[in-house]
Amino acid sequence: MKIVVLVKQVPDSGEERTLRADDKTVDRDAATKRMNELDEHAIEEALKLAEANGGEVTLLTMGPGDATDTIRKALSMGPDKAVHVSDDALHGSCAIATSKVLAAALGKLEWDLVLCGAESTDGGVQALPHMLAERLGVGAVTGARKVTVEGATVTVERQTDEGYEVLQTEGPAIVSVWDTINEPRYPSFKLIMAAKKKPVESFALADLGVSADEVGLANATSQVLEFAPKPPRQAGVKITDEGEGGAKLVEYLASEKFV
Amino acid sequence: MAEVLVVVEAAPGSAGAAPAVKKVTFEMLTLARGLGEPSAVVLGAPGGAAAIADKLGEYGAAKVYVAESDDVDGYLVAPKAEVVAGLIGQVSPAAVLLAGTQEGKEIAGRVAVKLDNGVLADVSALAADGAATQVVFAGSTVVTSKVSKGIPLATVKPNSVTPQPAPAAAEQVAVDVAVSDVAKKVRVLERVAEQKGSRPELTEASIVVSGGRGVGSAENFKLIEELADTLGAAVGASRAATDSGFYPHAFQVGQTGKSVSPQLYIACGISGAIQHRAGMQTSKTIVAINKDDEAPIFELADYGVVGDLFKVVPQAAEEIRKRNG
Ligand SMILES: Cc1cc2nc3c(=O)[nH]c(=O)nc-3n(C[C@H](O)[C@H](O)[C@H](O)COP(=O)(O)OP(=O)(O)OC[C@H]3O[C@@H](n4cnc5c(N)ncnc54)[C@H](O)[C@@H]3O)c2cc1C
Ligand SMILES: Nc1ncnc2c1ncn2[C@@H]1O[C@H](COP(=O)(O)O)[C@@H](O)[C@H]1O
Repeated sequence: MKIVVLVKQVPDSGEERTLRADDKTVDRDAATKRMNELDEHAIEEALKLAEANGGEVTLLTMGPGDATDTIRKALSMGPDKAVHVSDDALHGSCAIATSKVLAAALGKLEWDLVLCGAESTDGGVQALPHMLAERLGVGAVTGARKVTVEGATVTVERQTDEGYEVLQTEGPAIVSVWDTINEPRYPSFKLIMAAKKKPVESFALADLGVSADEVGLANATSQVLEFAPKPPRQAGVKITDEGEGGAKLVEYLASEKFV
Repeated sequence: MAEVLVVVEAAPGSAGAAPAVKKVTFEMLTLARGLGEPSAVVLGAPGGAAAIADKLGEYGAAKVYVAESDDVDGYLVAPKAEVVAGLIGQVSPAAVLLAGTQEGKEIAGRVAVKLDNGVLADVSALAADGAATQVVFAGSTVVTSKVSKGIPLATVKPNSVTPQPAPAAAEQVAVDVAVSDVAKKVRVLERVAEQKGSRPELTEASIVVSGGRGVGSAENFKLIEELADTLGAAVGASRAATDSGFYPHAFQVGQTGKSVSPQLYIACGISGAIQHRAGMQTSKTIVAINKDDEAPIFELADYGVVGDLFKVVPQAAEEIRKRNG
């Protein structure tokens, strides 16, 4: 089974992030760069499926030159190789353009299954898997908390507000995962060393037959007009419990008419 | 006046009952009125729309497009996207709103690709000129953005708008549904509803009591539930609590969980990591109980109690019970 995993380098969601003052795109240098957390779960699931069924795992990322850091980190979990789509013209691309580029790259690769995270933390639209499916004419089963593959049949369980649902498709297909699906493995020293030598193929836009005027900030289908920091909430009263903390809290709730 | 399409988000009604329209639908109808005349679009199995049309009318739906077929209901979102894209072609709306939920975002993404139309995710407001407000980066930054190709196509973040009734005709208009084969790739084998109990829906509750790692165990979550029940509140949890198996994942609040915006949020044994704050910091009033005086949650709490939750929470619950008589 051939599996492609989509990974994205994002600014760490646990740190303060912002947009760039000059062109209002995500400031990719404002916070520590790291792999989108959910993508680690996609890699883990791909490795498990490849281990169970035999097969090969290829990473695919679109991002600036320094996304190689994330690629090496991702490779150290165990995938066989990576493809890096990088081109200066891509800076500021919208979701529609990103899906066009990734679909073109997937067109160049052989795969039975594409795995990715359910959303990216840097203003992700939680739509990329379906956008890709729309372009490639395959099924997208999204938000999985459990995936089973039997032959070409892919079955996914996903949580809903009401409970859960069970979805099924015949591959090739795109599957996106939530963090509840598995616990990503830690790379061993041996794998970290091996990752340094794994093949990383680079694609520029021209290699994919996508033209520069279909991507990038100037051609984005949506645009940031302005942005501002949101004024932080003001802290209010703080008391220390000396035996009466619960009662005092209720007095406060009563004064605010909650009780 | 130009039409604004609002794609209805509703939970399927169990055992022949009417679908339960979600609050975000009424929020969208309210928001849509600032842009034109709202038309609701009902996508699902046959028979659902008739039961909810009046309710949609109460919140301003002049028309209710009824796109019902077993094909729409039996496959994952692709048929819905086909119907919505087709409808956009037919009625040339001024804007299209979908819910900022997994399904809404998925439909929006497909429609955006079909029509080569920009899409804005999780908007909390939308001006008449199409300028949208988004709060990004875990609530730290407010962005104004616009679709620059096509019409405003946006998913609306639940709990951003207060739904306001504005009665309208809710004239039902049948939509021909012809789903292509390629849209039938992903079958819905089963939808399982899990027993919810009597507490209010987490995202729609006016009071939420949440527990974090500090609660310590699944067993101890009873304390959180007891406090919640004295207040008629929903129960939430931090990711540390759901990951540790203290409480089911469906109740996780935060970036990868639910966004809540209740009148009152009580955080018990939660440190207040950025990703947790992302899902609760627009709550009207925030209360925190934490034994660590330095916990970041206190930075946004209107009322903070530094103390052991195992003492403070039961005492508060007892005190409320006393007051309630
Ligand atoms: C990509 C990503 C997405 C994430 N998404 C989410 C999300 O959606 N929601 C979410 O919540 N988190 C999310 N997180 C995790 C987040 O970073 C924190 O790890 C998590 O919120 C911590 O949960 P906590 O506050 O319960 O635990 P901790 O940070 O461990 O805090 C526990 C608190 O309990 C207090 N405490 C302990 N015992 C007691 C006691 N007896 N009485 C009173 N107080 C006590 C401690 O002082 C401490 O402040 C995400 C992380 C990542 C990387
Ligand atoms: N530039 C990118 N390169 C590779 N994968 C991406 C990129 N953007 C998004 N993805 C993948 O798509 C998933 C969903 O992203 P999004 O739709 O942006 O929230 C992410 O978790 C990634 O797996």
